[in-house]
Amino acid sequence: MPLSSRHLLGLQGVPREDIQLILDTAVTFREVLERPIKKVPTLQGKTVVNLFFENSTRTRISFELAQKRLSADTVNFSASTSSTKKGETFKDTVKNIEAMKVDMIVVRHASAGVPQFLTRISDAHVINAGDGAHEHPTQALLDMYSIREKFGRLEGLKVCIVGDISHSRVALSNIFGLRAMGAEVSLCGPATMIPREIEKLGVKVIYNIDQAIRENDVLNVLRIQLERQAGGLFPSLREYHNYFGITSERLEKNGKDIVILHPGPINRGVEISSEVADGPYQIILDQVTNGVAVRMAVLYLLGTLNKADGR
Amino acid sequence: MKIILKNVRLLNPEQKLNQNSDLLIVDGVITRIGTVAAGEAKDARVFELNNKYVVPGLFDMHVHLREPGREDEETVVTGCNSASAGGFTGLACMPNTSPAIDSAEIVSFIKEKARNHLVDVYPVGAVTMGRKGEALSPMAELSEAGVVAFSDDGCAVKNAKMLRLAFEYASMYRLPIIEHCEDESLEGGAMNEGVTSTFLGLPPMPSIAEDLVVMRDIMMAEYTGGKIHIAHISTKNSVEILRQAKKRGVNVTSEVTPHHFSLTEEALKTYDTNTKMNPPLRTRQDVEAILEGLKDGTIDAIASDHAPHSIEEKEMEFIYAPNGIVGLETELGLALSELLSKKILNMEELVEKMAINPRKILNIPVPKFAEGEIANLTIIDPEVVWTVDVKAFKSRSKNSPFDKRLLTGKALGVINRGKMFFDDKFFAI
Ligand SMILES: [Zn+2]
Repeated sequence: MPLSSRHLLGLQGVPREDIQLILDTAVTFREVLERPIKKVPTLQGKTVVNLFFENSTRTRISFELAQKRLSADTVNFSASTSSTKKGETFKDTVKNIEAMKVDMIVVRHASAGVPQFLTRISDAHVINAGDGAHEHPTQALLDMYSIREKFGRLEGLKVCIVGDISHSRVALSNIFGLRAMGAEVSLCGPATMIPREIEKLGVKVIYNIDQAIRENDVLNVLRIQLERQAGGLFPSLREYHNYFGITSERLEKNGKDIVILHPGPINRGVEISSEVADGPYQIILDQVTNGVAVRMAVLYLLGTLNKADGR
Repeated sequence: MKIILKNVRLLNPEQKLNQNSDLLIVDGVITRIGTVAAGEAKDARVFELNNKYVVPGLFDMHVHLREPGREDEETVVTGCNSASAGGFTGLACMPNTSPAIDSAEIVSFIKEKARNHLVDVYPVGAVTMGRKGEALSPMAELSEAGVVAFSDDGCAVKNAKMLRLAFEYASMYRLPIIEHCEDESLEGGAMNEGVTSTFLGLPPMPSIAEDLVVMRDIMMAEYTGGKIHIAHISTKNSVEILRQAKKRGVNVTSEVTPHHFSLTEEALKTYDTNTKMNPPLRTRQDVEAILEGLKDGTIDAIASDHAPHSIEEKEMEFIYAPNGIVGLETELGLALSELLSKKILNMEELVEKMAINPRKILNIPVPKFAEGEIANLTIIDPEVVWTVDVKAFKSRSKNSPFDKRLLTGKALGVINRGKMFFDDKFFAI
């Protein structure tokens, strides 16, 4: 059965079957990554553009590697647009790339809604690699893959996302994806970083990190953007670390086996201590490897859709 | 030149007038109300109107004409053409031009551009120089040059001290301050704050940013005895604050835009930048409170906040796209569809909010239907069903979220200053 959509713009509204299909397909590609020759000819002759309007070396490299391992032709395009900068508009940039006959566009942009905008002006399959504080679906899929690999399931698991939820695209995609797969999602962070009315998304909010550790099977610890402190959202990095940071003392105190994820890059000593970041509970580097497999699965499933499939 | 409007329903709530009649207009002046005799009709051009409404020419008190500064988006003349097509014979234009309307020269420049048009154009002067919130504009000079109000629209008057000075100074000329109510420290978002902004991942604009400034402005008006007009009210709480203030007898009035009574934040789900405005589209509860406020008179006027933007600027990433939509040519259609058809307002109330109250707030005489008066009127068919087509707009810009929308009711034509716009054409009468 093919995916029900010809784009991956986010996980909101994506049916459970689609997520299941992506994760199962990723298992196959994960095996490919263990072979001596890590390349399959699946997307030979297809052209993928990585259109990054925001710097994100890790995500771009992960996508690029996934594309190469599927034998697709890959082009990287870094650009920047803003409200004030004169020069080529976003639409002109896209029209230009489109004229080069590309099959898929992977896009990262500081504005929410750009992937949707792209589907209106281009015929290519669009994969959202992060739009504003909206969604980052492949990150959530690789998080779910990693959790499922560890527990063998997602259904019934309790997952807490810790940190700056208001400005996070990772959080939103995880909320939608995990809930679709039957997991229970909670959020933990300073109240200034939790969006109003977030409970309407079917999640619980916890302001005490110890409680979050006790009540959950998994913590997905988000990176704290250092400029948020300048914006006054929390008093100091020290206070953040003392009240919301994940440390080994905290994990021991709550005497609990727990799995810790982090989408990277890590601020050691802020949201997570070095001991925990390198310790037995974390699966941070597995996430990175799984990320390539999950992105291969998404590229493969979209790239091999028949014209008639999906909407 | 003689024209006859045959079989009209002449309606002017200000005169308690509501009757079937003919109108004979000679050289732009009403010369007969009632039955026009066959002799009088000789060599007149006759418009058979089959009981359509004729009401005092509609007036939009919140229009951005963009000239001087952004003539690529709109000019005084294209804006007036757009107003005529939308059924308006008068408008007030906001001072956030470039340069801002903060000198008598700019006021004269705009009036000169509008001199030969059917539409009466009344500039609104800036409260502060360059709208920067630092020093008062030359209000006396501006008032003498003919501004009808002061506003730093685009933002609120920056701080309480400036606002106090503005109220005190403007009160010497009995001119109102029109306020765009938004707290500066809470601005910078792209849509209303709530679960929908979280769903869409767009930076939020909290409704409290409006409510706080509405409260501040009302209290300052009360303290200084100044006259305050709240522009484009959009939140439930602001409507309630206003209702209470009116009960206390504060000298306060307000307006609402058609988009704030006919759309909610749900419209943003497509990330269409034509749904991006400031104040942002709010929730269903806010719209309901606005409808209630229109009904009970808390909201005095309907105004478009006509904000033309170039296609290149609107076809941008959502967070970078400018706020606002063109409004003059959909305003009456939306009011008739959403308010009259749905029985929120009757025709008299609608005419009060679109022709009479805006002029009263700005101390502009309301057109009368009497023999010897200049004909200043709008012909309205409240039942005709039509489809909005932005390509047919007279405005130089096309940014509207209402393209392709089916509306019930529109203006068939307007007459003012010896000119008529009818059947898509201007001509002298
Ligand atoms: Zn405004």
